[in-house]
Amino acid sequence: MDPARKRTVRLVVALSAAVLLAGALVYTSFSASSEAKSPSELATSAKAGERYQLTGKVVDKSIQQLGGDGGIEFRVRDRDGSTSVPVRYKGSVPDPFRDGREIIITVSKKGADFVGERDSLITKCPSKFSDKPQAV
Amino acid sequence: MATLGRACLILALGVALYGIGAGIAAWRLQRRDVANSARRAVYAMALLLTIAMVILEVAFLRDDFSYALVTSHSSTTTPLFYKAAAVWSSQEGSLLLWVWLLALWSSLVLFLTRNRMRDVTPIATAVLAGFATFFTSLLVFSVSPFEILGSPPVEGGGLNPLLRHPSMMIHPPMLYSGYTLFTVPFAFAIGALVARRVDAEWIVATRRFALGAWLFLGIGIILGARWSYAELGWGGYWAWDPVENASLLPWLTGTAFIHSIMIQEKRGMLKVWNVSLVLTTGILAILGTFLVRSGILDSIHAFGASTLGVPFVILIVGLIVLSVGLVASRLDVLRSEHRLDSLASREAVFLFNNLVLVALAFVVFFGTFFPLITEAMGNRRNVGPPWFNQVTVPLALALVGLAGIAPLIAWRKATRANLRHSFTIPVASALTVLVVLVAVGGVAHKPKALAMFVIAAFLITGVAQEFWRGTRARKAMSKDAWPVAVVSLVRRNRRRYGGYLVHVGIATLFVGVAASSAFQHARDVQMKPGDVTKIGAHQIRYVKSTGRIDNKDGRIERIVLGAQLQVLDKRGKVLHTLNPTRGFYPQNAPFAPVSAMFDGEPTSEVRMVAGLRRDVWTAVAPDINSVLLPTAKRYDAALRKGIADGQLKTTEEQVLAFRALLGKLVEGYVEATPPANFRLIDSPLVAWIWIGGIIVFLGGLIAMWPAPDAARRRASAGYAARVALELAGTDGKVERPTLEQELGRV
Repeated sequence: MDPARKRTVRLVVALSAAVLLAGALVYTSFSASSEAKSPSELATSAKAGERYQLTGKVVDKSIQQLGGDGGIEFRVRDRDGSTSVPVRYKGSVPDPFRDGREIIITVSKKGADFVGERDSLITKCPSKFSDKPQAV
Repeated sequence: MATLGRACLILALGVALYGIGAGIAAWRLQRRDVANSARRAVYAMALLLTIAMVILEVAFLRDDFSYALVTSHSSTTTPLFYKAAAVWSSQEGSLLLWVWLLALWSSLVLFLTRNRMRDVTPIATAVLAGFATFFTSLLVFSVSPFEILGSPPVEGGGLNPLLRHPSMMIHPPMLYSGYTLFTVPFAFAIGALVARRVDAEWIVATRRFALGAWLFLGIGIILGARWSYAELGWGGYWAWDPVENASLLPWLTGTAFIHSIMIQEKRGMLKVWNVSLVLTTGILAILGTFLVRSGILDSIHAFGASTLGVPFVILIVGLIVLSVGLVASRLDVLRSEHRLDSLASREAVFLFNNLVLVALAFVVFFGTFFPLITEAMGNRRNVGPPWFNQVTVPLALALVGLAGIAPLIAWRKATRANLRHSFTIPVASALTVLVVLVAVGGVAHKPKALAMFVIAAFLITGVAQEFWRGTRARKAMSKDAWPVAVVSLVRRNRRRYGGYLVHVGIATLFVGVAASSAFQHARDVQMKPGDVTKIGAHQIRYVKSTGRIDNKDGRIERIVLGAQLQVLDKRGKVLHTLNPTRGFYPQNAPFAPVSAMFDGEPTSEVRMVAGLRRDVWTAVAPDINSVLLPTAKRYDAALRKGIADGQLKTTEEQVLAFRALLGKLVEGYVEATPPANFRLIDSPLVAWIWIGGIIVFLGGLIAMWPAPDAARRRASAGYAARVALELAGTDGKVERPTLEQELGRV
């Protein structure tokens, strides 16, 4: 095969491989992803079995230990609003988790409750680089 | 002093602007004196920013609460070590650290190249001064670190306890050094493109900076992982958090770059690719800096809604347009001098390695920005760590495999003899590991981890073989003893053998990652004193609860509640005793309601038995809500009543009463021995991640260290080049000896 032809063949093979891989990437990412939702969106439109990424704030005084190995239960409300949904969760609880904190958690609907995926609870750390100085 | 600090920033901004103007003028007018002036402007900027940094650092060390920044990020009870590190815990301070490091590195590279590449350095100076201008103007106009409070308080808010970890001292400066060092090759690439001088000289001049950037960023990332493992991350070392990913992106493209530049140095190939990689890496470094501060992606590192988003986006878009435009307009001079001879050659393996690294960077970028991409299409969606693991593991396997092949295969075209000579032993070693692991059992059901172990064995044996053969050859020539021969082998080929060590370090690190992620046992469990729970090959017994109050200079620094745990073997024999705790810090000093102790950020003091084979990792979360808080609230009521009744008149009496109640609270906790929540992890081979990191660091240092004879030769090469140019007149048509020719096969 002459060199020019060989190069064209190589280019075509490489490009097709790249397109295939990119397609696989997009496919896996969409099928593995979960939709980001606020508590009020979840309260109205959640489907059983579907995974969602819930972002909101922990409702004051809503955190309860379920005892034994049952994990915890708490309510999450909108960032600027009061609509809230109940969440049951087992797994690691980050240090800054508490009332009023902004959290991200992957949940799916089971009955009236939302059940958090193990170890998916993330608490936003409120002070690093925040513009508001801390209370003194 | 704050006024002086602010004045330094304003002057630094002025000097940086002058540096841009003078750099561009020096290039247009071809004036050396103007170029020198631009360079000195960068030195002056570094000096001014150093003064500003020192002023701020001194303010933190002296607890000068007239600075708003000191008040919000430090306190008298913050230990001295952390006061020094608290400077960069704020947006303002960290930006100052960033631009200060930028100025220092810029000064260093401009000093080292002051007599070289006269057509490239003026533009590079202007670009570096441009970056400095951007960051200094943020500090002058948007987020001043020298804000002064009208009425300074007596006590500050303290450094966020989550940041009180020795890594706070090194992790941010390492990362920022990495980010800022990557702007150096970026600036020289722009200079080379503008001046149409795209041979390997700018690469050789900035190679050490690229390597330094790569090394610092890598160490910064590993320190972050270690910090997360030992404190913040509840036993995880990598969470695919956007901010972690942001630091990984320039590291990946930087890794690709420091490999592919070797091909340009040796064979004059891949010029477009190299220049694009280095520009991409520079832009990703800025993107990384930006992501940490923008709040556009949900991250565990949350940074408040920052006002810096718009200027950063403008900067990044500007850089992309500039880079793409320059590369497109210089395609004519970026043509390759050679073509790839064979797919079975070291060049080809480097090329594949580059493709894999860029694919990794692309995948990580795609996953990180997936929420923004999908939001633009309608619904914001996120991908989690399982997705990242799924797509990155095959690429990581390919990467380690290629890193194993590259040192063994010949340049240009590998012959059958070469393949047999180099590959027989490493392949045999890999097969042996495969057979042994399958025979031992327990590993075969985790194919990805198994593949990583096998490939790592191949790589490590290959490198060992290279060392062995090199040493044997040296010994044959010099008759030195073995250790002397090894040292002299490495000394004479620092770049090559340093690089091999880095490969071994990376393979070791990946073995640790594969083992600890595939064979980890983790449990979250509530236990009463006396309870025993099983974790991996061990059992853990909760013996009793513990508590104490830490004081510093007569003030309460924190209360520490914890648990005494025993690690038992299968037969119940006590192997270790661990005492994980959780610290609670006062919100307002000198005193406040007792219950307010639990309002702030607690920190877990993780305790583990770390070993080469496995780590047993424990953390405790005392149950605050059911016992402690109600009691604390009763004490608050008593305290309030005491003050209202006039029993506690003076502040002194109130403080004493507060302390007494706090002591009682802690005592009560210890006596009541309530149930507590534990996270227990049994993780094999984690230690090898950190050991791998140390090997990478050592290998990187060896590769970066200038060889004494090479430095001498470089000086004479520079001199020869100058003489040649002068002899030829000023038309510049004489071909200068490029440094890679001078240095030979380093």
